[in-house]
Amino acid sequence: MIAFFIKLWENIRIACTALVQNKMRTMLTTLGIIIGVLTVVSVASIIEGLNRGFASQIANLGSNTLWIAKFPWASGQDFFKYRNRPDITLENARYLIEHSRQAEIIAALTGSRQNLRRLDRELADIFVNGISEGFEQIQNLVVEEGRFFNNLEIEKNKNNVVIGWEIKDKLFGNRDPLNEKIKIGTVTYTVVGVLKKRGSILGENLDSEVYVPIGTILKNFGFHRSISILAKVADANDLERTRDELRYLMRLTRRLKPSEEDNFAINQQEMLTELYKKLTGGLYTAAIGIGTLSLLVGGIGIMNIMLVSVAERRKEIGIRKALGAKRKVITFQFLVESVIICGVGGVLAILLSFLVAMVIDKVTPFPSAVPAWSVIMGLLFSALIGLFFGIYPASKAARLDPIECLRYE
Amino acid sequence: MSALIDLQGITKIYRIGSVEVHALRGVNLQIHTNEYVSIMGPSGSGKSTLMNIIGCLDTPTAGHYLLEGVTVHEMDDNQLAMIRNAKIGFVFQTFNLLARATALHNVELPLIYAGVSAGKRHERAEVALTKVGLSDRQHHKPNELSGGQRQRVAIARALVNNPSLILADEPTGNLDSQTGEEILRVFDELHAQGNTIIVVTHEKDVADRAHRVVHIRDGNIADDVRNNRA
Repeated sequence: MIAFFIKLWENIRIACTALVQNKMRTMLTTLGIIIGVLTVVSVASIIEGLNRGFASQIANLGSNTLWIAKFPWASGQDFFKYRNRPDITLENARYLIEHSRQAEIIAALTGSRQNLRRLDRELADIFVNGISEGFEQIQNLVVEEGRFFNNLEIEKNKNNVVIGWEIKDKLFGNRDPLNEKIKIGTVTYTVVGVLKKRGSILGENLDSEVYVPIGTILKNFGFHRSISILAKVADANDLERTRDELRYLMRLTRRLKPSEEDNFAINQQEMLTELYKKLTGGLYTAAIGIGTLSLLVGGIGIMNIMLVSVAERRKEIGIRKALGAKRKVITFQFLVESVIICGVGGVLAILLSFLVAMVIDKVTPFPSAVPAWSVIMGLLFSALIGLFFGIYPASKAARLDPIECLRYE
Repeated sequence: MSALIDLQGITKIYRIGSVEVHALRGVNLQIHTNEYVSIMGPSGSGKSTLMNIIGCLDTPTAGHYLLEGVTVHEMDDNQLAMIRNAKIGFVFQTFNLLARATALHNVELPLIYAGVSAGKRHERAEVALTKVGLSDRQHHKPNELSGGQRQRVAIARALVNNPSLILADEPTGNLDSQTGEEILRVFDELHAQGNTIIVVTHEKDVADRAHRVVHIRDGNIADDVRNNRA
């Protein structure tokens, strides 16, 4: 065992000398491997980033929450069929709140993009959530300053607003925003609360939103809009039963005949997860394909260079064999060399991939993270490629005839 | 006393395409320990083939070769490598040093393949370099050494494993006559110390330094004479 490591060390030294001797060639060969491994690890990083982003986005929707809406999620090409459905209304929400026994909390939500203004400061295109009672519990909204509006304010359609952390920062700076007035569109609202910082998901800044009583949106920005009804279940096991109940209640309040189809959709997180899996499944396959291809190209590069190296160093091989190097010793020497090229390439590629992940994270809306498994896989793959594509040139070197090699100049 | 080298009916046939070339035609030759033998012959005589076989770089097509009583002619590639490593020290016309390695590392090479530990290797390589008068050139690379010095490094490398036989192929071929003379003097000393030396050459004055001159012609021994130079 110790003898093996001494031999390994000896060969690593020999290989390093040879590699340093041919810097340009070594660099170009390494580049092939770097590109291969970098492709694999980078794609893995993007996918990992997407997964994480998606997971937190999904968590935001709540796994225990059903969304009743006009359109089903992932509806695809049937857009026009769903478009003619009646809007989901506040009356529907009230009916469900009154009659549902299964749901823990039911709340209504609608939204509108409006410009926000305070004195001379203006924020364009801000998402205004119109919400009913209970929404903040379903979505776990936490107020940092002030308070959330109460039922009475919601029922009376008071023009009160709870603002996101960043909105406060941009409109008020260090001033206390509570009880100050801001304009949403053309309507004046009073700030009653500021939310705790939440961060951003898939480029959507959650701190740059505001919340108002749902009625005020309908009143100020138009009645003719479909809302969503969120129903939270205490226990995920009750999700199906609750779904059946809500469906029954919706059909009842809409007076649908048994022969008629549902004219509303009940969405849940699972639907998105499935769609997502379908999308990324293809992405994974494509990525594996591209990665394998580029690694293959890199490997062929290695084999090519090692064959050149063996041909060029026939003299050296001849000398070593004449002095008593056995076949496996020569094989080992050249294998170590190709594994080192690939190993160094792999390590460099992984260092680069951290950089690439950082750039992607900063420049694009996709979060990107280098997953540990891809680092291990990248290193393992590059070493394996060194071995696999190094074996043929190395064994070719070992089988050379020492007499002919010594004659070679 | 049994011979160090015992060649019986050594035949070597090369096949080049459909043509058979008879390089050796049944050579019989015995060489004893501490002999200093030169093998002479014109090019194409088969002397290189004979040297390759004696040096265990090649195996005969037919015939028996015993080296210190060990049957060599049936060995495979790896066994031959081991025999070369343990029993033969080569000195080549073109020195055949590793260009990128220091003199010391070059001399250590046979010990590396013999599996000698790094510390002992160092020690023995230093001793060998001292023997050929190069103790102050250990860390020089071949291109920093003169031709004569390179050949001394090669001789040190040939000696380092305490081989049964030093096999030199035109050792002065790439050297001027004065440097060549120095190298030949090193061989004289080695012989005086009890080493067995075979020098393959086509130069008469080099061959005449040996105590026995074997002439090869057309794949056979034409002449085998004792030299009473001493």
